Amino acid sequence: MKKSFLYVIQSTSFDGVRIQEALDEIMTVAAFDQSVSLLFIDDGVYSLKRGQNPEILNLKNVTPIFDALAMYEIQQFFAEDESLKIRGLSSDDLILSVKSICRSEIGELWDKFDVILTG
Amino acid sequence: MNFAIKISSSPYHSQASDTAYHFIDAALQKGYGIYRVFFYGDGIYNALRYANPPADEREIVKRWSLLAREFDLDLVVCVSAAQRRGLLSEEENRLLGRRDSDLAEGFRISGLGQWAEAMLEADRVLVFSG
Amino acid sequence: MLHLVKDSPFENTKLVLCIQRAAPGQTILLIEEAVYGAKRGSSVAPAVIKGLGALSICVLAPDLEARGILAEEILTGIRRVNYEEFVDLAANSKRIHTWL
Repeated sequence: MKKSFLYVIQSTSFDGVRIQEALDEIMTVAAFDQSVSLLFIDDGVYSLKRGQNPEILNLKNVTPIFDALAMYEIQQFFAEDESLKIRGLSSDDLILSVKSICRSEIGELWDKFDVILTG
Repeated sequence: MNFAIKISSSPYHSQASDTAYHFIDAALQKGYGIYRVFFYGDGIYNALRYANPPADEREIVKRWSLLAREFDLDLVVCVSAAQRRGLLSEEENRLLGRRDSDLAEGFRISGLGQWAEAMLEADRVLVFSG
Repeated sequence: MLHLVKDSPFENTKLVLCIQRAAPGQTILLIEEAVYGAKRGSSVAPAVIKGLGALSICVLAPDLEARGILAEEILTGIRRVNYEEFVDLAANSKRIHTWL
C-alpha cells in the first residue's frame, strides 16, 4: 500500500523535542517506502534557518538530520512564502533548497496528498 | 471506516487528551473502527500506571484502560518517546533490575513502525496535539 | 478537507491564518480554546465572517457550553456540532489537519 504524505512543520527547532520527534516520524514513514513531502509554515520556517547553534544551550542540532532526509528520498520541501517574508527570511537563509509556495496556493496543495500529518 | 489516531499531548498540558478521548468514544459508539491509538511525544504521559489524581477529578489514565478493555482498542505507546521520558515497560524495567511496569493496563509499548502501519491501513488519520 | 483549529484566536493567529490557507469548500472546525473565535463581536469576527463566504466553519458545542458561550452568542452561519458530528466530519473528510 502506498500513500503520499505531507508533513507540516509548524514550530521551530527549539520547541522541546518536537522537531526531533517529527523527523523520526518522517524518516519512519519514508522507510516504509511511502512518498513523503514536507511543508514548512509559520515558525516552522525557522527550523531551516542557516547558522543555528543549539549546542550553546546543550541542545541537539537537527541540521544534520535535515541533510540526511535526502537519503530517505523525501519528495519535496515546500515553504510558505509569507511565513518566510514576515520573519525576514529568504530562501538564501535556509539550509535546504525549498519550493516556495504562496499562501493563496496552499489551499490547493492539501488535495495533492493522501495524508496530512503534523506533530 | 476506521481511524488511526496520534496523541502527542500530555493529559494536563492542554485539552487535547480529553478531546481525543471523547472523539474516540463517540466514534466507537457510532460503530466506527479505531485502528490504533498511538501515543507519541508527551502523549506517552497518558499511559502512566501510577497517575493518582484527586478523587474529584477525572481519571485520565484509568479511563483509557477501561475504554481499551471495553472495545479491545490497540493503545500503543512509542518506545523511543517513552524511554526519553522515563516510562518503561515491565521487560525494560526487569533489564534494569527493577520489578514492575510503569505502563497502565491496556497499553503496549512499540515503535514508530506501528504508527506508520496504522496510517497505511486506516481510512483516516487524525492528530491530537497541544 | 477538515482543518482543526484549537488555539484561542487571541493567543495566536492560527485561526485567521487557517481561514486564509483553506481552499473554498473546505471545512474548519473550532475546538477547545478556538471556540472563542466563534463569538459575535470579537476582533476576529470580521475575518471569520469573511471565511464563512467560501468555507464551512463549525464549532464544537460541548467546548462552547463548557465555556459559557450560548448558541445565540455565536456568529450566524457557524454550525454547532457535537462529538458524534465531529466524528462524521472526520469520516467524510479524506484529509484532516490540526493547526498547532
